[in-house]
Amino acid sequence: MTDDIQSRLDSIAPLIVTGSPHAVALGLSLVSLTPGKAVMRARYDESLIGDPDAGTLHGGVITALLDHACGMAAFAGFGARDTPSTLDLRIDYLRSAKPGLDVTAEARSLKSHGLVAFVRATAHDGDPEDPVAIAQAAFMITKASKAAQERARRDYTEGRMS
Amino acid sequence: MSRALIETLMSAPYVARFGVRLDQRGNELTGVLPFEDHLVGNPLIPALHGGAVGAFLEIVASASLLASQPLDRLPKPIDVAIDYLRPARAQDVYARAVVARSGRRVANVRVEAWQNRIDAPVATLHGHFLITPARSDSEADSA
Repeated sequence: MTDDIQSRLDSIAPLIVTGSPHAVALGLSLVSLTPGKAVMRARYDESLIGDPDAGTLHGGVITALLDHACGMAAFAGFGARDTPSTLDLRIDYLRSAKPGLDVTAEARSLKSHGLVAFVRATAHDGDPEDPVAIAQAAFMITKASKAAQERARRDYTEGRMS
Repeated sequence: MSRALIETLMSAPYVARFGVRLDQRGNELTGVLPFEDHLVGNPLIPALHGGAVGAFLEIVASASLLASQPLDRLPKPIDVAIDYLRPARAQDVYARAVVARSGRRVANVRVEAWQNRIDAPVATLHGHFLITPARSDSEADSA
């Protein structure tokens, strides 16, 4: 069962970033995706600076990174079938990420059953023991996401057969 | 009002790239996030990325703090809680903030974002920001 989910995750992994225009625009990358856990990275880039004097990444980059990583952990926690939507996302910004360093987010789905998943995540710039931000989020399988998933699955299957 | 810092905030590479605009009428400030393809998180729905909406709300919160009082530095987010109420569709997003409390160190801000109807918000943000109010001379003496 877990192997099943892992093989599905492996087949979907390349789409985790390329399937999301905003993740591509921010230059996010997937480090690993296993049942209930996602690790993603935002590369330090001058175009993502929020405070020109300090040279630090904008908080919004960390927000997007954490949201994406949490969403993927929820997705993996749900058994890699439906893409969940964010219900809420709470972030504590413990400190600014150091200029020049990439930021890595590690998200874990603590519980996912029925339609809701509860996720926690940490973002750090090198040392997981000294995080730049921590997050807690809830995700839900919505009608809109389910319908979209069905359409995509149908298109994919039809595309393969034709 | 900290006009120079609003300039700094809005011209920061990340914010400028986002295309966020501020529409200020008197003391009322509305943030505008013009739709762009690269803001989409899930093209299947299609819906804007939750992170993009969250970042936009944070920018509007900071801008509103700067518009409401003279500050010496850009506000720094301490924590934010974002609620996603409806899928944000592939179109422009607007947001307005209310500064619930602004003290000498910390400000408490609520922001609401909407698309078609202001009474049907797509997301809300509630956050605390570290601020450094510009000191008047009398305060500087007593501090």
